[in-house]
Formats: sequence, structure tokens, C-alpha cells
Amino acid sequence: MTRKLILMLVTLSASFAIAAVVSAQDGTPVPYPSDDDVNRVAKQLYCPVCPNTPLDVCETKACQDWRAQIKDQLAAGWTDEQVIQYFVAQYGERVLAEPRRSGFTSFVWLLPVLSVIIGLVVVAQILRSWKARRPTPVLVESAPSPDVPPEVLARLEKELREMS
Amino acid sequence: MLYDLGYFALLISFVLVLYSAAAAVFGAQTKRAEFIESARNAALVVFPLLTLAVLIVVYGLVTLDFSQAYVADVSSRTMSTFLRVTALWGGQQGSILFWAWMMSGFTATVMIRKWRRDRELMPWVIFVTMGTLAFFVGLSFFITNPFARLWHDPATDGIITAVFQPKGMMAYVPQDGQGLNPLLRHFGMIGHPPTTYLGFTGFVIPYAFAIAALITGKAGDDEWIRTTRRWTLVAWLFLSIGLVLGGRWAYDVLGWGGYWGWDPVENAMLMPWLTGTAFLHSVMMHEKRGMLKVWNVVLIILTYSLAVFGTFITRTGVIGSVHAFAKSAMGPSFLIFVAVTFLGSLLLMFRRLNTLKTEHELDSLLSRESAFVLQNLLFLGIAFAVFWGTTFPMISELVTGTKITVGPPFFKQVTGPLFGALVLLMGIGPLFAWRKQAAGKLGRSLLLPFVGSVIITIAAGLSHWPQHPYPLALFGLWLVSFVALATLLEFWRGARARVRGQGENFFVALGHLMSRNRRRYGGYIIHFGVVMMALGVVGDEFYKEETQGTIGAGQSLAVANYRLTFEDLRQYPGSDGREIIEATAKLYRDGKYVATLKPRRDFFVTQQQPVTVPAVYSTPGADVYVLLVGWEDIGWSASTFKIYVNPLINWVWAGGFTFVIGTLIAVWTSLDDERAASYVLRPAAPVAYGRSASHIAGSGR
Repeated sequence: MTRKLILMLVTLSASFAIAAVVSAQDGTPVPYPSDDDVNRVAKQLYCPVCPNTPLDVCETKACQDWRAQIKDQLAAGWTDEQVIQYFVAQYGERVLAEPRRSGFTSFVWLLPVLSVIIGLVVVAQILRSWKARRPTPVLVESAPSPDVPPEVLARLEKELREMS
Repeated sequence: MLYDLGYFALLISFVLVLYSAAAAVFGAQTKRAEFIESARNAALVVFPLLTLAVLIVVYGLVTLDFSQAYVADVSSRTMSTFLRVTALWGGQQGSILFWAWMMSGFTATVMIRKWRRDRELMPWVIFVTMGTLAFFVGLSFFITNPFARLWHDPATDGIITAVFQPKGMMAYVPQDGQGLNPLLRHFGMIGHPPTTYLGFTGFVIPYAFAIAALITGKAGDDEWIRTTRRWTLVAWLFLSIGLVLGGRWAYDVLGWGGYWGWDPVENAMLMPWLTGTAFLHSVMMHEKRGMLKVWNVVLIILTYSLAVFGTFITRTGVIGSVHAFAKSAMGPSFLIFVAVTFLGSLLLMFRRLNTLKTEHELDSLLSRESAFVLQNLLFLGIAFAVFWGTTFPMISELVTGTKITVGPPFFKQVTGPLFGALVLLMGIGPLFAWRKQAAGKLGRSLLLPFVGSVIITIAAGLSHWPQHPYPLALFGLWLVSFVALATLLEFWRGARARVRGQGENFFVALGHLMSRNRRRYGGYIIHFGVVMMALGVVGDEFYKEETQGTIGAGQSLAVANYRLTFEDLRQYPGSDGREIIEATAKLYRDGKYVATLKPRRDFFVTQQQPVTVPAVYSTPGADVYVLLVGWEDIGWSASTFKIYVNPLINWVWAGGFTFVIGTLIAVWTSLDDERAASYVLRPAAPVAYGRSASHIAGSGR
């Protein structure tokens, strides 16, 4: 349904809400808010209707209107944060590109960090256990002369370990 | 008539696949070779049968037989023959059949090539591959049949799809088809999807061998790893090519100035690549040292499961909305299949743990072994973070009912440090010796790259610090140059040893060095390719600039040291049913004219969908990527442009290319080389000796 709606909204003529004022950008400063200001805010938002599309690059008519709305809000003196809060209030948390670090969504941040830390601990344990388990130096390249019987070698190894 | 033939080819394939799996198991259990032979023959026949089915679908797509539901869905009169053929994988029914077809090709090849060598494993390899194939052919036959037709129901005046004529309904043939999604109407359609599918399906071979080795109790040997080494590399190569081509395609088509958006579908492809890369590295631990046997089995099970999971995500759209899940029987069947194969494989592994004992222990914490284990941890950490971030929106919707987005900021912050650590390890890990690395010696070999990279970083920092004061970017530059130098030094060292030992000319020595140790130096070339890509990522991540503005004819828009001057705008009809609006603009660098760019917007009239086509001025240093975002409706006196300056982005593509070359070198190992090059640190006798010694030591306790 939403897709149909979007397709309907996208019209061939690209009835495009271009800012009325065409400003020369050679030297003369662009009045606030410029398109770059709008994109700075839109970048932090996701299109409320299209799947997985950041608002600053979304091409649908709906998103063009949202960008125009951001422009109006910035012109009215809103801060970036206020605009973002407005969008969250209107369309829900899904418009945030970066999930919040509080509430349930904090899990998305916590778990990868935790898993890497746990992984490091486990890896350290495994490496240490491998090292501790080392019964004989099974060196092939520099193996001791083969005429030493393995039992003697093992005892030697054991005693050496007990000494250290 | 023809389509009935395709339908029956699919049906017979399904029956044969089931028979083959059953006969293989029966033959293995009862030790009756004729059943195993028969299973193999059945498996071999499936490939030509599915080929026939694929050809019939392609025939329908090219000849535009719109009575076929799939043809009406993805093909259209305006599409070129090239695109009509690629429409085979442009929609769901075709993709699933294509998947099954590729996999049957892989399995047929493996049965022909490896039949004599791995007799004992073969029945179980047949069982596993045919089991997987049964799922996909079954899916294609029962759930998303590509040979379904359109029927008109006079009672409701609706159109339905069914393979056979429902009672009282008439065949329905639309005038034209929907055609491919406009974004897919691109030359890249021939590259990215098939390579990705080859990568996904290719991993079934090492997985099947691993399972066969587990079942026969031979997973402790490295036979299954040796047999499948090249298969794994080829699958991994295709997946890598698929990733790079996908990135390039996104860059050329999606019109947002980037190549990787951490979209669920992209992530779905990255995950098996990550675990597959970990697997490719850690099998060396098994081959050379007899270690990490369990872990390698886990990795290949994970990789295979993630490849199927990736197909599941891509084809069902479940991440975009949980509700897509229930729309067809696809979602539930996929989920059950992934769960059953994953859990079943793990269960089997746990039952066979006794065959997977580690043969060797560790001499020192500072060793190649530790580096490999750490590397595995990092790859798995990244894979988990990607998996978690990709599936979390679904979890959130199920648990709290709130839809959320997990976008690029999350993935960059979480995986960025891990990728950084991985790149560092990639530089120093290959210098570590097996068993024990003397710290002093390591320090001495790394001194030169370290000093060199610090000098490069300081020089780079001094040249642009005031405009771009990014400490993290400088750290990235240091990391990249350090690893690049350390990798190059390995080549230099090896070649120099030959120059001294054999008295060869340096370049001859380099050539010989590489041809004698293809696996090793192919690997280093791959590493170097990764470093090049990392440089591109650092450039794109930290130094990217963009601006957007509306300018009239003759006016300009400036960004970084570039200036774009708008000339004019025109409209004309293009091929493939599109109306094109094209702007002409001149690009100046530091005031000097460099290029005329023509960014476009194509409107696909039937689909009512616009596609933004960027105009790119590309140099090794940076791309200037210009988009036509909008224009003044009346009089066309002004246009809105968005300009991205993407520094170093071409290093990503050049790195990808180097990467592929390196992989080809590593794959291109003749059997003689394999025997000569794989020095094994554990000949049969000392292993037995080590075991008996540990047995004695154990009994003495």
C-alpha cells in the first residue's frame, strides 16, 4: 500500500519544490538554511516510509516534502536536535539512523561489545590452557636426538616443569 | 507445451534429488556400491534437467511469452535481449531456480572430479548436497514455481496465477510485462547477482565434505580440508567479486555517492564472507598443526548457514518488515530449513567431538597460532555485530512492537575498531612464526615499516591538517601505510633471499618466489588488496565532502577545490521506455576547466519511477560525483545539483581488483606445487610420539 502511494506521489514532471530564491553561489553567502544545512539534519534521519533509505538521499515526493519541512523548521529557528525530536514524535523511532543508547535499543549496542570482551576472555583462557597442557616439545625441526626413549623424555619434561 | 516440459523437468529433478539422497545413505549403510553409483548418476542427471528448466524460462523471457506469470512480472517489450536474459535472476521464482541450477552444477562437478579420490566421503557428500538441493528445487516446484501461468477468473474478474488451468478460467495474456525494476536495468546485472549466487552456492561443497567427514568419523584428518581447499577459495572468490561488483553497482546506480550502505541485503552477503574468510585462515591451523579442528567445523557450518540465511533475508524481505514473513510460504520454509541444518550440523559435531582432538599444544603465546586465534575472534566479532545489527529491528518489533532502524552509524562505530584491529593483525600476523616468535626479532622486522609509516603519516598530516583536523583519519593512514609496508617487505625479504641464494636478478627472484609459493604470496597480494581498499575507506569515511545547491545558467556551485557551472538542461526520450532529463555542466578544478559533466534523471514511464544517473569525473586522487537532484519546472532556468567529492575512492576498486588477482594466484596451485609448498609441521611419526608421551605424562599424574 505504502509503495503504491509512493509511486503515485512520484510524478513524471518531478514537480519539484525548489526553493523559490535561486541564489548565486559565487562568493555571496547562501542564506540560512542552505540545502547543506537541510542535508546535515536529513542525514541523521531515515525515510519514514521507504525501507532502509536515508532521508537525505531519498527521491520520493514524500521525502522531498519532508526535506522542505526541515528547511522551514530550521528557518523558523529550530535546532537540529529539535527537528529530529519532532520527526521521532511524528513517525516513531524508526526515523533515527542511529538507534538510541537507552531503553530496549541499548541492547543493540551492548551485545556486540560484550561478545567481543567475552570472546577475548575465552580466547585467552584457551591459549593459556593449550600452553599449560604442553606435555612435550614436539619439535620436529630441532627434535632432540631420536635415540632418547620417549618415556625418559616425558619424565625429564615433567621434572623440568615441577622445578619451574 | 514447452513450459510443461520445464515443469516436468523440475518435477523429475525433485524426485531424483530425493532418490539420490536416500540411495546414497542406503548404499553407505548397507555397503552396497551399486546404490551409491546410482545415487551419483541421479545427482549428475539433475544438472542437465535443471539446465533445461532454466533455458525454458530464459526462452520465455526473451520471446516475451506473457502468458507466463514470471515473464509478465520481470520482462517487457522495451527491454533489450541482454536484460531479458538477466531477468532470470531479477525476480523471486527465477532466482530460486537459478540458485538450484548453480548448486546442481557445483555438485555435478564435484562428483565427476572427486569421485575416485574421496570414495568414503562421497555417499555423505551426495546426501548433504542433495538434501540442500531438495530444499531449493522443492521451493521452486511447490512454492515459487517459475512455470506458473496467468488465468482470468470470470467470476471475480480477477487475475490469478496457477500452473494448471483452474476450472472455468481462461488463459490471460497481458499486452506487455511489468519489466525489471528500473534500478536493475544496468550492465551490472550480469556481474553482481550471478557471482554472489556462485559464492553462496559454492560454500555447500566444503560444508558437505565437512559433514561427510563428521559422519564417517574422519573430520580429525585434514582430508576434507585439502579436498575442498580450492572449492572454498573459488566460492569465496566469487563472493568477494560479488561484494565488490555490488559496491560498484550501488555507486553507479543508486545515486547517493557511496558504495556501501549497511543495508540488510548487503549485510546478508557480508556475513558469510566474514565467517568464510575466518575459515580460510583457520584451516591452516588444522593442516599445519592439527589444531582448531572443532572450530573449523563450526566455521564452515556457520558460513553455509549464513549463506542460506542471506538468501532468506534477500528473498523474503523479512528485515524490512516482519509482516513480509507471512506473505508466502517462503519465509517459514526457509527459517525451518536454516534452523534444521544449523542445529542438526552442530548436534552431529558434538556427537563426534571425540574425533576432533587437538594434536598439538602451544609453545608460546606469541606465535602464529595465537595470531590466527585472535584473527578468528575479530572476524567472528564483526560477523556477530553485523548479524545482531541486521536482525535487531526484527527483534525490536517482535519484543516491544516498536519499529526501529539500525543504520550506518551503528555499524561504523561498532565494526570500525574491529576492522582496524584486523587490518593491523593482517600486517603483523604473517610475520609470526609457528609455535614461538621471538619478540626481539619481531620488533626488528617491524621497525622499518613502523618508521616508514610514521614518516608518511606525519607528512600527510602536515599537508592537510588545518583543513582536515581528524586524528582518527591520521591513525587510519598510519595503519594502512604500516601494513602496506610490512606486506611489501615480506616480498622484498623473500626475493632478496633468492637473490643471495640463487644469484638471480631481483625481479626474476620475485617471480620465482611467487610461482613457488602461490598460496602464500597469493595471500599476501590479497592482503595488499585489502590495504588498498582500506585506504579508499579511510578517504571516503573522513575526507568526503558534499554540497547541494540550486543554480541558474552560468552560475556555479563550489565544493573543496572544485567548481561546477551549470550550462543548460534538456529532455529527450531514451531507450527502454524512459524519458531523460539531462543537465550539462562544466567542472573546474582550482579555476581550470577539467570536464563537461552530464548528470541525468531517467523516468521510467510504465513504472513511474525515477532513476538518478550520476556524472562522475574520476581521478586516482578523487571522484567528483555529480547528481541532478531537481530543476525549476517553469522555464528550466535553474537546476539543483548535489556534488560529492570522494577522495581515494578508486583505491577501493583497485584494491578489489588486486584482491581478485591474489586469490586467482592462490587458487592456481597445481598438485605438485601443493605437495611441495605445504610444509607440514607434523609428519606422522612425531605425532604418534607426541600422543604416547602425553599419555604417559597423563598416567603419571
